[in-house]
Amino acid sequence: MTVPMRLGRGVAWGYLVVVLLVTIFPFYWIVRTALSNNFAMSTDPSSLLPVDFTWGPFQRALGLASPAEAAAEGGSGASIDLALALWNSIVYAGLLTLCTVVFSALAAYAFARLQWKGRELVFGVLLTALMVPSVFTLLPNFVLMKDLGLLNTFGGMILPGAFFSAFNIFFLRQFMLGLSNEVEEAAIIDGAGPLRVCFRIVLPMSVAPMATLTLLQFITTWNDYFWPLLVTNDESVRPLTLALAVFKQSSPQASLDWAGLMAATLVAALPMLLLFVVFGRRLVNSIGFTGIK
Amino acid sequence: MVTTVQDSSAQVVRGPATTTSPPARRRKGPASRRNDTWVAWLLVTPALLGFGVFFAYPMLRGVYLSFTEFHILTPPVWTGLENVQELIGDTRFWHSLGVTAYFVVLSVVLGVGVSLLTAVVLHRLGVGTTVRGLMILPFLISGVVTALVWTWMLDPQLGIVNQLITWITGEPVMFFASDTWAVPTLAALNVWKTMGYNAVLIFAGLQTIPATIYEAGRIDGASEFQMFRSLTLPLLRPILVMVVILNVIGSTQIFDIVQVSTKGGPADASLVLQMYIYDKAFGQFDFGYAATMSLALFLMLVAVTFTQMRMARAGESDTN
Repeated sequence: MTVPMRLGRGVAWGYLVVVLLVTIFPFYWIVRTALSNNFAMSTDPSSLLPVDFTWGPFQRALGLASPAEAAAEGGSGASIDLALALWNSIVYAGLLTLCTVVFSALAAYAFARLQWKGRELVFGVLLTALMVPSVFTLLPNFVLMKDLGLLNTFGGMILPGAFFSAFNIFFLRQFMLGLSNEVEEAAIIDGAGPLRVCFRIVLPMSVAPMATLTLLQFITTWNDYFWPLLVTNDESVRPLTLALAVFKQSSPQASLDWAGLMAATLVAALPMLLLFVVFGRRLVNSIGFTGIK
Repeated sequence: MVTTVQDSSAQVVRGPATTTSPPARRRKGPASRRNDTWVAWLLVTPALLGFGVFFAYPMLRGVYLSFTEFHILTPPVWTGLENVQELIGDTRFWHSLGVTAYFVVLSVVLGVGVSLLTAVVLHRLGVGTTVRGLMILPFLISGVVTALVWTWMLDPQLGIVNQLITWITGEPVMFFASDTWAVPTLAALNVWKTMGYNAVLIFAGLQTIPATIYEAGRIDGASEFQMFRSLTLPLLRPILVMVVILNVIGSTQIFDIVQVSTKGGPADASLVLQMYIYDKAFGQFDFGYAATMSLALFLMLVAVTFTQMRMARAGESDTN
């Protein structure tokens, strides 16, 4: 290796380390802050380790601390029912993801593996949805949810995304087009009808791309903010993203309980971080895959 | 619908690809043919219902509402082009359009630049999946969490970043509270959140370039930079165009980061368009006008995407 080449590699590694540091440091900072005493933190704000280590912020975030305990560590009066919000997020993201992936897979099968009149036309019409950014349908959909009396219900949050996702249908159809016919034809010769072929053969063969879509859809729904903001204002159905924003806005600006807020943030991000630990590799590959498609 | 900006924007780009995909070709046993049609309609019914009720109908209604006076509690009243006239004379709208354009340009130029550099470095150094995995961590967390963490880290008094800045320059930077810094700060947050995702996308594109091309380049004595310019960039063009379009559409619809951190302030300095639309609809309950603005935003997005695709295609014929 020549000297300039080695130098280049050194610079490249240096760059990579900086980028990684900037990417990861905020996550460390959440943890560091969430384990600090909010009062003590203002005396030593640049400490890289938790200041006056305590579990207090987590207790405050989860509503386990008494008002006196909270006040002693600089907590504000504001609190959120984090457990409830967590549950709401699980229901919201879980149900929506389940429905949209299942219904998309059924439609994709019909578009990819069945011969029927009007197939190309219907598919083409559905695909027009790919061209329209969500912002344009959000307001009218809110009006629709209001007309249907579904504001502040899981139905209102989930329904608009549950049945139809042009991207999911498109993605799964592309995959199913590439499946070989042999197994399917053997089944048909054995007298299996199209529904049986769908559930017994094609869907089981499509588990991998369905898992990818499930993962991506769950993440995007879990992190969505705008739509839940429009259709919910009640704590009983409010998901985590909203609860966090409300928590910040409801605390007094002057003495924000940063430690408590970061603890709540960590709890909110934890399910995603768990997904990351379990599926990180698959996620990286599937993002690359969706791009190539 | 309930997908994030990134997801829905991804859809826009991938649309045209279908026209080139081959239709399903397969022979089927005569026994099954009879049943296919009604089974097929049965299977696409949920999707069709969802499309009709939560996409097509709201879309048409959105167009209709754009030409009405509508305050939610009373039925809409047709006002023709009144909203459009109001829009043309609305300085706050044009201001927010300018803010959005500034934000988009900063986000996309910075974001795609850094992502491209990172992807190339990852690729040339042969770094494994683990590092790429760490890079996409910010993609996994919501815009709300992003805004909260960075608001804390950039806090003028207690934030760690400003501790460092104060230590070096003697005075803190008011990232969110200054006219000058608000939009660049928001763009930086957006770049932080999307960089890893983009880099992984571009990286996947780099992997499709055969290594033999680089070997040939090296034998010809090309430098690392020359190879990047005349091999990597042209071959990467399709995926780069896609990433740029994705990011333009995504950052045009930016909302959560802004709403949680600056709320459009100080004094409208970071009032992005979606923030203004939200404020009109849910702050002032002027739904008709809000619909007009989202129609305008939609038309602009269509125009921008179309232009970008044209430009990308024109570029292609140049190099080939």
